[in-house]
Amino acid sequence: MSVKQPFERVVAVHGPTVLRVCRAVVGPVDADDAWSETFLAALRAYPDLPADANVEAWLVTIAHRKAIDVVRRAARHAVPVADVPERVAAPLGRDLDLWAAVGALPTKQRQVVAYHHLGGLPYDDVAALVGGTAAAARRAAADGIATLRRTVTDQEES
Amino acid sequence: MIELPDVSADDLARLHGVLAARAAADGLLDIAYRTVDSPVGPLLLARTPVGLVRVAFAVQDHAAVLDALAASVSPRVLEAPGRLDDVARELDEYFAGRRTAFDVPLDLQLLRGFRRDVVLHLPDIAYGRTASYATMATLAGSPRAVRAVGTACALNPLPLVLPCHRVVRSDGTPGQYAGGADAKLALLDLETRVGAAA
Repeated sequence: MSVKQPFERVVAVHGPTVLRVCRAVVGPVDADDAWSETFLAALRAYPDLPADANVEAWLVTIAHRKAIDVVRRAARHAVPVADVPERVAAPLGRDLDLWAAVGALPTKQRQVVAYHHLGGLPYDDVAALVGGTAAAARRAAADGIATLRRTVTDQEES
Repeated sequence: MIELPDVSADDLARLHGVLAARAAADGLLDIAYRTVDSPVGPLLLARTPVGLVRVAFAVQDHAAVLDALAASVSPRVLEAPGRLDDVARELDEYFAGRRTAFDVPLDLQLLRGFRRDVVLHLPDIAYGRTASYATMATLAGSPRAVRAVGTACALNPLPLVLPCHRVVRSDGTPGQYAGGADAKLALLDLETRVGAAA
C-alpha cells in the first residue's frame, strides 16, 4: 500500500491552478461554483485515486466536467429579461478586460487555452476532454492565444 | 505566454471555507484539524466525526502527524478550525486554570491492546496529582509491564486531554514526555498551583 498525502495539501498546491482554469472556462462569476464542485468531487474520490496518478491532470479533468454542469445549471435557471444588465464585474480589478477577452473566445479555444496553458494538461489529454485530435487542440490553442495577444496589445496601445 | 491576473489568497481562503463546510455536510470530512497556540507551544488538534482523535505538540512535527493520520485513518483531511472550537475552548480554560477535566467526545481508534488499557486509565489520576509508571501498570492489569506503560504514555494520541503528563517516575522526578520535559514540568506546575488555590 502506498501512502497518500492529506487532501489539505492537494487543495493548497492545486487550488490556485484549478481556480484559474475555472475562471477561464466559465467566467469569474460561476468559477467559484465550479471550483467547489471540483474539489468536493475530488475529495469524494480521493481515497481511490492511484498513488502514482497525476493529481493536477486529474483535477483539471474533474474541473472540465463540473464546468459543463455549472454552465448547464446556469442556463436552466436563466430568466429572460427585457433589459440585459451590464456584464457583472467580478472583483478582478483592472485586468478584467483580459478575462473578458478569454470569455469572448469560442468555447473550444477557451477550453483548450484553459486546460493546456493554465492547467498544464498535455494536448493529447486536452483532446480527450474536448474531442478532436491533439493537433486540432494545438491549433485551437494557438488561435486563442493569438487573439488574446492582440487584445493585450490593443489595451497597451490605447 | 499570456499572463492572467492571479487568483488572490482571500478568494482561495473563502473557497476553502466553503469546501470544508460542504465536505462536512456531505459526510466527506473524515479528519478536520486546526492548530492553536498554548503555553506549551502550538498544538495540532484533529477530530473525526466520532470525536477528537489526535493532539500533537510542535516537537512531534505537525506535518508528519497529519501524514500519519492520512495513512492510518483517512486521506480525506482538511483544515477546518470551526470544527474544533469546542476543543480549543476547553484547552483555553484548562491553561487558564478554570478547567480540571475535558468532556469533548473522543475517538480512540488509534489505541489498541495494552496501550489502550493504560491510556484509558489516565483520567483516574486526579487533577493536580501524579501516579508512578508502576502504579499505572497495576491499574492497567499488568503490574510487571512498567516499561510498556512508558511506551504507552509516550505514544498517547491524546496528550493533555488524557493526562499522561501526570505519570511520573517512582522517585518523583517527572520523567520523559511527548511534548518535551519542560512542557511536562509546566503542566504539573500549573495543576499544582491551581489545585492549591482551590
